[in-house]
Amino acid sequence: VKEKIMLIDSGGSRSFPGPHKALDLARDDPRIALLIGDDAGASLASIATPQNFAAILIELGTECLGVHAGESAGHEGSNMLGFSRFRLGDDPPSDLIELVRQPRSSAFALDAAGALFAAAGLEVAICNDFSGRIVDRLVRPYFNAALQKLDEGLASAEDLDLTVQLGLGYKLGPIALLERSGLAHHCDVSEALFAAYGEAAYAPARRARVAKARETRGAG
Amino acid sequence: MTDIRTVGVLGSGTMGAGIGLVAARAGFKTIVYDLDPGILDRARRQSEGFLQKSVERGRLAAADLARIMGGLVGTTRLDDLASCDIVIEAVYESLVVKREVLGRLNTICAPHAIFASNTSTLSITEIAAGSGREDRFVGMHFCLPAPLMKLVEMSPGLKTSDDAFAVAWRFCEAMGQRPVKTQDRPGFILNAFVVPFNNDAIRLVEAGVAAPADIDRAIKRGLGYPMGPLELLDLIGLDTQLLLCEALYGVTHEPRAACPPLVKRMIAAGHLGRKTGQGFYRYDRDAMFGG
Repeated sequence: VKEKIMLIDSGGSRSFPGPHKALDLARDDPRIALLIGDDAGASLASIATPQNFAAILIELGTECLGVHAGESAGHEGSNMLGFSRFRLGDDPPSDLIELVRQPRSSAFALDAAGALFAAAGLEVAICNDFSGRIVDRLVRPYFNAALQKLDEGLASAEDLDLTVQLGLGYKLGPIALLERSGLAHHCDVSEALFAAYGEAAYAPARRARVAKARETRGAG
Repeated sequence: MTDIRTVGVLGSGTMGAGIGLVAARAGFKTIVYDLDPGILDRARRQSEGFLQKSVERGRLAAADLARIMGGLVGTTRLDDLASCDIVIEAVYESLVVKREVLGRLNTICAPHAIFASNTSTLSITEIAAGSGREDRFVGMHFCLPAPLMKLVEMSPGLKTSDDAFAVAWRFCEAMGQRPVKTQDRPGFILNAFVVPFNNDAIRLVEAGVAAPADIDRAIKRGLGYPMGPLELLDLIGLDTQLLLCEALYGVTHEPRAACPPLVKRMIAAGHLGRKTGQGFYRYDRDAMFGG
């Protein structure tokens, strides 16, 4: 008898802060368990027969999937996959799902997860189990460099932003994007990646640390 | 209003030819210098072809094509630039080469003439130091392809006068371009951002984080960028990325600017990008296949 556990929400999900078709589809799909929230991995304990699911999808923060699914000398992999819907600070979530696999993840699980998210109108990029996955690994050093160059007076914030808009076709430049989405959140993600990799490029830029300090003090 | 009437361009490669076309299109008498008459001829044909397409697409009147081409001349004689009010150099990215040709030009052009450099990685102040007119020297970094891209990064050198910079700025605007002011730093703004960003994407491929197609998809969908970094690298060429890295890392020693080993392996294998049919993706005619 299959468990009736298709969606477990531990609260505080950044991927799905509100109703979404993906959640509806997961509720109706007995093959898939979707664990969301800021403690999604802990919800695994409430699944008695994980082997009965085609895929168990665990929402990740900055941690690795291996923290929840376990690792075994490079031979790890099962029907448990990680995922995160990319979201910049306070901005609404994007339509990108970073789907995290382990070396021997089940192809069946990957297909089932990909089909669910695609049916919900989301686009999937598959990545291996590294902190920061794809987008954060690329965008956080870029943001830190932009903030540093602003401090160093390379150009005004407006000209820094305009340059990448005109030169690369970006909708917004890095400074405007961070000011809109929240520098403090950028600081949190950068700190986590700096802890994971120890590379200076991930160290939060001064402006991000200032914003985080002010948020912590409640200064807004 | 601009005080500039006649524009000189040093070098008729891709950038020089494009800059010459931008200036001529805006109504300036434009003289493009190159050592090789064959390169000048090719640039002229390409410029005319570009304008012809603009006419076909209804973006340019046929009569304007003849007017623009009439104002755009090529020369292999440096002396022919004597009448220029501004000369933009777009020669080989070498401090020695740039200083040599600008030093000679300094004895040819009138004292009021401004020199500008289209360098993307060298210091404006260092190039200016060999020009004999440090106070009338500015950085004007156009984007590729210049006739389509409005952005020009403009940098004063340490000795550039405010007047000279203002004249060059107004000239840039009069060409229909959009100047942004940046300090004289390696890579200015655009390359200082995009070269390390693209290197980071290459390192994700090297580290096995994800396949090129997944990395590009993530960046386009997650951030709304029009092109993924690996698609962009295939377009500009892995050999070009290597040159940019060497130039930027050579002066900054910033780890992110260092060329990832994968780039050199791909170059050795002839996987330069679109121009060789394979880079991070394989290309069959213009079709793109997953990496």
